[in-house]
Amino acid sequence: MKFTLSWLKEHLDTDASLTEITEKLTDIGLELEGIENPADAMRPFTVAKIISAQQHPNADKLRLLSVDDGSGDQWQVVCGAPNAAEGLVGVFAPPGTYVPGADFTIKATKIRDVESVGMMCSEKELEISDEHDGIIALPDDAPIGMSYADYAQLDDPVIDVSVTPNKQDCMGVRGIARDLAASGIGTLKPLGEVTANILSNTVRVEPVETRNAQDPSTSSGRTGTIITDLEGLDIRNIPRNGNGPDVRSEDSDGCPAFYATTVKGVKNLPSPAWMQQRLRAIGQNPISALVDITNYVMLDHGRPLHVYDMAKLNGNLVARKANAGEEVLALNGKTYALDDSMTVIADDDGAHDIGGIMGGEKTGAGDDTVDVLIECAYFTPESIAKTGQKLMLTSDARQRFERGVDPAFLADGLDIATALVLDICGGQASEMTKAGTAPDEVRTINYNPNHCSTLGGINVDSNDQVQILNALGFGVDQASDIWSITIPTWRRDVVGSADIVEEIIRIKGLDKIAPVALPKSVTVAAATATPLQVLERKLRRTAAASGLNETINWSFISEKEAALFGGDWVLANPISEDLKVMRTSLLPGLLSATKRNIGRGASSVRLFEIGRRYFKAKDGSSDEKLTLGIVLSGDKMPRDWQSGKSSNFNPYDAKSAAQTILSAAGVDVSRLMVMDEAGSHYHPGQSATLRLGPKNILAAFGALHPTAQKAFGIKGDVMAAEIYLDNIPLPKSRATMRSSYAPPSLQSVKRDFAFLLDETIEAGKIINAIRGADKANITDARIFDRFAGEGVPDGKISLAVEVTLQPRDASFNDEDLAAISDKIIASAGKFGAELRG
Amino acid sequence: MDIENIQNDYLARVEAAADIESLDAIRVDAIGKKGEISLLLKTLGKMTPEERNVQGPIINGARTMIADVIAARKEALETAALNARLASERLDMSLPAPQRHSGSVHPVSQVMDELTEIFADLGFAVAQGPEVEDDWRNFTALNIPETHPARAMHDTFYFPDKDAQEREMLLRTHTSPVQIRTMMDVAKRTDGKGEPIRIIAPGRTYRSDSDATHTPMFHQVEGLVIDKAIHMGHLKWTLETFVRAFFERDDIELRLRPSYFPFTEPSAEVDVGFSVEKGKRIIGGDRQGKEGGENGGWMEILGSGMVNPKVIENCGLDPNEWQGFAFGCGIDRLAMLKYGMDDLRAFFDGDLRWARHYGFDAHDVPTLSGGLSGKGAAA
Repeated sequence: MKFTLSWLKEHLDTDASLTEITEKLTDIGLELEGIENPADAMRPFTVAKIISAQQHPNADKLRLLSVDDGSGDQWQVVCGAPNAAEGLVGVFAPPGTYVPGADFTIKATKIRDVESVGMMCSEKELEISDEHDGIIALPDDAPIGMSYADYAQLDDPVIDVSVTPNKQDCMGVRGIARDLAASGIGTLKPLGEVTANILSNTVRVEPVETRNAQDPSTSSGRTGTIITDLEGLDIRNIPRNGNGPDVRSEDSDGCPAFYATTVKGVKNLPSPAWMQQRLRAIGQNPISALVDITNYVMLDHGRPLHVYDMAKLNGNLVARKANAGEEVLALNGKTYALDDSMTVIADDDGAHDIGGIMGGEKTGAGDDTVDVLIECAYFTPESIAKTGQKLMLTSDARQRFERGVDPAFLADGLDIATALVLDICGGQASEMTKAGTAPDEVRTINYNPNHCSTLGGINVDSNDQVQILNALGFGVDQASDIWSITIPTWRRDVVGSADIVEEIIRIKGLDKIAPVALPKSVTVAAATATPLQVLERKLRRTAAASGLNETINWSFISEKEAALFGGDWVLANPISEDLKVMRTSLLPGLLSATKRNIGRGASSVRLFEIGRRYFKAKDGSSDEKLTLGIVLSGDKMPRDWQSGKSSNFNPYDAKSAAQTILSAAGVDVSRLMVMDEAGSHYHPGQSATLRLGPKNILAAFGALHPTAQKAFGIKGDVMAAEIYLDNIPLPKSRATMRSSYAPPSLQSVKRDFAFLLDETIEAGKIINAIRGADKANITDARIFDRFAGEGVPDGKISLAVEVTLQPRDASFNDEDLAAISDKIIASAGKFGAELRG
Repeated sequence: MDIENIQNDYLARVEAAADIESLDAIRVDAIGKKGEISLLLKTLGKMTPEERNVQGPIINGARTMIADVIAARKEALETAALNARLASERLDMSLPAPQRHSGSVHPVSQVMDELTEIFADLGFAVAQGPEVEDDWRNFTALNIPETHPARAMHDTFYFPDKDAQEREMLLRTHTSPVQIRTMMDVAKRTDGKGEPIRIIAPGRTYRSDSDATHTPMFHQVEGLVIDKAIHMGHLKWTLETFVRAFFERDDIELRLRPSYFPFTEPSAEVDVGFSVEKGKRIIGGDRQGKEGGENGGWMEILGSGMVNPKVIENCGLDPNEWQGFAFGCGIDRLAMLKYGMDDLRAFFDGDLRWARHYGFDAHDVPTLSGGLSGKGAAA
């Protein structure tokens, strides 16, 4: 919300400096977004007179001007403007001046061999308008040498504040003035005084005949004089003639109140300079007096209005629901197709106006408008918000209606607009039609003044509280300890005691809040993280300690990736096609990161991520599974001087990575089942799952399927693993005691066995069989050689196993060892393994 | 030949021996079983006691001397041989050793651990909730009506799906639905009676927004305290304590500004004072420009307020009995401000070079005793 300092002071009587005002705005919740003074850019420009104008010796269309800028020197300026004649008073810019409308800095130069020092400027060059046909012509009595910024009264800082959605009252300058006044920065001027003052500012541009005919008191037809009968006008006592227009609302939900007045016989010329200047200062383009007046009242009071050219209407105006598919050509030049939840303003020809959001192109006021109808309606905020969201159409009016305009300000707002139209455009006003009722009932709430300290943390004296509330327009009844607070109609957002506290403390200043320590928690030793959170933290650091780099990848993947990896949740409005499906695997994100790293020249990529996979539960809610994903690609070991060559990752590295994580999670890895079905994105012959029981999959790992590898554009082999953290059993007991343990007193013994077996038999089965052959004595079995080729029959392999035996009470004798050995050979024999001779 | 000459002869030979083998041959010649001196010793038996008294010490002395000299010479030769071997075994120790790969922890994870530590000390538990949420918990229960601008398609990622209760499913736009879940859980567990709550809820959040300073996925931490007599003074203290602990300096000022969030009332945005040192913004200090360029000032870092009574009521607790505060803060931004990263997009790119530069060693677990960033106490 932008406004100028002078505009604010129209409502606020204050001696405060600009800095005091802007700091206070932020302090009371109207955060300052910026201050800009349009005069700053105009300071070097001065009012100057053309002393003489001669033909340029070398160019037909150029003239040589001698310009007096009041500095005592005269400047020779080459100028091509057709109106650059002797005696003209205009705006001069000396060399070194930056010209905003042309985006260049003036230098002394030669034009067609004649020296030119400085420039006489057009309106476009000063960004006053798009006018560029000639240079600015000021009145002859404009003081030569005066800064143009001062002459044009541009020295009026523009203040921009961000207005939070609850502060609908501050969508107009008057509301901001009221807040500032409450905070002690000045006094809010009475509404009548403000309006009278604005009207007295206004200088009638031209007499208007219809008005003169009916109102002899202004019959003089003085050009450029003040319309005295409207000076100090009581807006509740506007001269009126004739019935109000026949308007009605058939949509009491969307538009419960529709007020209107007509003004006949207007002249829709440009609006007065002061109004144009204010509008322009805050970035609005002046259009015509009628349109500018409605904009001005909206910005001044937060009260949107709309004017219709009565000549363009057919029949009476009615607020109604749109017919499904009904189209409106809006003022922005676009056509909108509406549905039957939206409110329109229509006549017999159809809908013209998207109610409360944007007027129609067909019925708006133009230069030739003579009779106008001014609409002042109340549109329901929720309805406006929905319509605006559906149409993706935003406007100043929508912003105000969807926050909720003051429902008790319809007649006043319409009166102010009517008075301004009469004053600026002339004409004859009708009576006001008031169709329907706005929800302007007065609400009261109970408030305990202690709440200010028990909730807001500031102890504010009762009298102070009352003073602040009154200044903001609240009524306070202190008849009992619990006050009854009357809420002003412009504060729709205030519904409870907490809101009252907020009003008081924001005006008082949040810097008055003294920090108070939270009471110390009673339970000292309680952990604050859940067991799964603790596990996640530990495994993250285990992964990092094992040489993996943590990444955070998007939770969403592309549909193409989802085709490979699956996906239950597909966004209706993705930000891009690449970020559309919620991942059910961490690998796509890791693989994309791998690809990027390889593209940047990384020779060894070791990445991990801990994050969720997103599934849909049976009841339609989200089932999110915490997972640790790992991708290994490129060199496992780089080329080095010892081996002379590099080595690549293989699927066992992925297995090792998964086992490292699971071990850290407290899982006895040796007890896990190694089974298939890692997933279709893995190489079917080089992948597996690790399971705790047939159905509980703790991890999947292996080499990536060549198809998936190709899909991600990765050239070298890729190893991957996913560890499903939520499948890992968490400690059930919080006891700290370990099971008792004493190291065995006798040394363990190692024995080697070599077996011949079919190459199709999984080595893991042999190892598990040997471990289980004599659990009392065998503590470990590990493969130390696997060999096929010379000396081994075709289709067979030689597997060498080192078995660790742990004697308990007495050392093993030869018979013991022979017996254990027989058990080992027999257990391996179940899988067809024969002891090699 | 008299004994002295024999002795001198051997001493000279020992002196001249070049290696262990020739030394051993000399030993055999002199004091071996049939060595010259050993043979002389045997002659002692045939001597008269008088002769023996004279010759005994002389011959034995010669034997001892020769044995000692041989031992000394042997040690010298062995030392020389070892030195020669060691010299031959010299390696170029400047050659590189096999490298252990060191991984890294992402700064966002590190900061989450830091936050967990800080708030654990204040008695806040860590709460979590789903990222695919329903619109009731993400919006309605938080007093964000259907017509609030935050609900527009523009900001929120929606799914076409509805859950069993016909609620629209979406990606949570903030961590605030965890407030709702926590309060509802408490209401359910206590049969609506309620009990004090202190939680933080860090996690992923999503908004349909992407430019230099916004990513469609980002991280937030939510804080919630519910009790009977909690007011804005407690909020201010908690935030001050948190910010000072997090940035690890005491000279940090906080400024609360009135603002508006539908789920808090009163609401405040919180600015933190910053100074400019060496061209970078440093949280804390005297808020003055130090480098002649940018001035210090205030920077907004989080939103907060007293939980709106309607929200408490929506969760099944009695707002006349329970009140408290909530706050929400961007974790990525906290990480950037503390550790000096300036590109948010790099957080989600997975660039190994970035990870090695800005990531943390696995063993740098944040602790309060070591200073969260592991720098220890100031000297």
